[in-house]
Amino acid sequence: MPPPTDAAERAYIDRSCRAPVLFFFGSALFWLLVGTFFALVTSIKLHDPEFMTRAPLPDVAKFQAGGSLNANPISMQDVGFLTFGRFRASHLNAVAYGWASSAAIGVGVWLMARLCRVPLRRPALVTTAGVLWNIGIAVGIAGILAGQSTSVEWLEFPPYAALIIGIAYAMIAVWAVDMFASRQCDHVYVTLWYVLAAFFWFPWLYATANILILLKPVQGSVQAIVNWWFGHNVLGLWFTPIGIGAAYYMIPKVIGRPIHSYYLSAIGFWSLALFYSWNGGHHLIGGPLPAWVITASIVASVMMVIPVVVTAVNHHMTMRGHFGMLRYSPTLRFIVFGAMSYTLVSLQGSSMAIRSLNKISHFTHYTIGHAHFGLYAFFTMVMFGCMYYIVPRLCGCEWRSAYLIRLHFWAAAYGIFFMIIALTVGGLVQGLMLADPAKDFVGEIVPMTRPYLVGRSLSGVLLSIGHVVFAYHFILMVLQLGRREGGPVYFNPVEAEVRP
Amino acid sequence: MNRMRNLFIGFFATFICSWLGLVLAPHIQFGGLKEYLNEDDNQYLPPARTGLAERGSQVYAANGCIYCHTQQVRPAHQGYDLARGWGARRTVARDYIHDRPHFLGTMRTGPDLTNIGHRQNSVAWHHKHLFAPATVSKGSIMPPFRYLYRKQRIVGAPSPDALQIEGPDAPEPGFEIVPTEDAKALVAYLVSLNRMYPLPEAPVDQ
Repeated sequence: MPPPTDAAERAYIDRSCRAPVLFFFGSALFWLLVGTFFALVTSIKLHDPEFMTRAPLPDVAKFQAGGSLNANPISMQDVGFLTFGRFRASHLNAVAYGWASSAAIGVGVWLMARLCRVPLRRPALVTTAGVLWNIGIAVGIAGILAGQSTSVEWLEFPPYAALIIGIAYAMIAVWAVDMFASRQCDHVYVTLWYVLAAFFWFPWLYATANILILLKPVQGSVQAIVNWWFGHNVLGLWFTPIGIGAAYYMIPKVIGRPIHSYYLSAIGFWSLALFYSWNGGHHLIGGPLPAWVITASIVASVMMVIPVVVTAVNHHMTMRGHFGMLRYSPTLRFIVFGAMSYTLVSLQGSSMAIRSLNKISHFTHYTIGHAHFGLYAFFTMVMFGCMYYIVPRLCGCEWRSAYLIRLHFWAAAYGIFFMIIALTVGGLVQGLMLADPAKDFVGEIVPMTRPYLVGRSLSGVLLSIGHVVFAYHFILMVLQLGRREGGPVYFNPVEAEVRP
Repeated sequence: MNRMRNLFIGFFATFICSWLGLVLAPHIQFGGLKEYLNEDDNQYLPPARTGLAERGSQVYAANGCIYCHTQQVRPAHQGYDLARGWGARRTVARDYIHDRPHFLGTMRTGPDLTNIGHRQNSVAWHHKHLFAPATVSKGSIMPPFRYLYRKQRIVGAPSPDALQIEGPDAPEPGFEIVPTEDAKALVAYLVSLNRMYPLPEAPVDQ
């Protein structure tokens, strides 16, 4: 039975989450570093195609021609696993499934325990799912590098790896239902809707898409719409609900006042569930599908303005009068950065679905900028904020250094800002030049995009610095090297002292 | 909404809507298209691929060609694709019935390949381009696919399919560069990409 007082009850519940949640966070950060490495190399390859194409291997041709290994020592040989296309797929899958999904599961598991007000049930099940999850991702990335990518965006993992991941995910879904059924709370807070729904939707999405595209494939154009129904819903029905749900929990928690309107949060949730799930077809505007499929998705994309604005108003009204706390609370600063990005990137997404704008932005770096805006400036920043809040409560010590957190925040914030600018501007110019058939593709358009791609690589260096700093700080916490006195770490401790 | 059953009914109902609309309905409507028999020349359209080209599509998939190349031509009112000469007409669902997986793509770092076999049908050009892209396409940022080729010692006469390479990429004297089976399959696939034929639902304007 949980102890009687609220604070003690929360501490008790937090302790019960310790091993599984820290395991998911640790593996998330591991894959973040791996994915960042793939990202940087991929980005450099895009403007410098000869970068890292060779690995040291024996010169087989000379050896076969009668040379001895001594006479022909190891030299640099071209290899397939270093090629752009395989690194690009490895990057996406490492960050989407390795980093973002592991972080989402870790945060989701902790939120479930907190909001159901019960100690984590079946921790061994969650940890086992985590181990399987990691095996699946490692096997999948090895498969992609070995040349077994399925070449279906967001589903590149070969089927054998997808199966492992699917099983791991089903275990989490079963656990979530069990956890919810044994809840001790009287009221189901909106965060719990988001987390529970995400845990329920994703396995269904993942299974449907893998079956219909890879195991028992439907015809080409139907594959394409299933592909983007899935691809967009990974964002809309998996990352977004966890990210928004976490913001709905963290903002009121940190500033110490209830959410502005429960009514708005209900509208926001159900309109998101209804509209976001239909968005996928906007990736195929102009594509070989009947107009009704595309138009339905465009309508749903524009309707996304409703949940987005409702959620933004609700968060803003909750924050009102408390924006000063952004000056010292690390958690709040990351989360509010993410929540604001969510509003901006979603409105941008709705506009990109409109045919006349899509005509220009489709097939350009503009879309890549949009994807990083959503997955990094919104989702990843919210996950960082959550980890800054949760990890001290699991480890029983405080973050060691406000300086390291500040370095992480500014590297991430400036890095993603410059990346979005480079890709958005570069993509727009690219789209406008493509629209003019007089502009030569390789002779004019490709050289024009190169400086923007170099800019993107530089912004990626900033992001990498932030990731290394955060991973180092996290390791210190897990090793119990955090601070044990003086309370939580603030950016500006003097101001934090005199908070209202 | 606090009852578990009500919540799950809501999750299920919203989700099944999109599943019915974006998965099941498209499959029923255009998931069972057949080839079209052109009565004039008794040819089935789109034509089936040869075994080698089919294998080449797997090489295309394995090496991530889709990340820079699309295979779809949008109609004139929805983009510049036709104006750039990437096709004779927009592409339609029937054009893709042989594709597993689909290669529609989402990015044009490089040009569209829907009809690359029509624009460039020289096998030798494609091999040279894959081996050292910038030598035949100045300014290209396409990655070199040298690992799909093999360097071997010339025994007797040079191989007929050896690449004619000059400059820094050329092999040492006495050696030659030949395509592997993967490279041959990939090029067979690329030259097979030709959707210039008219279909009843997508005629070619004369």
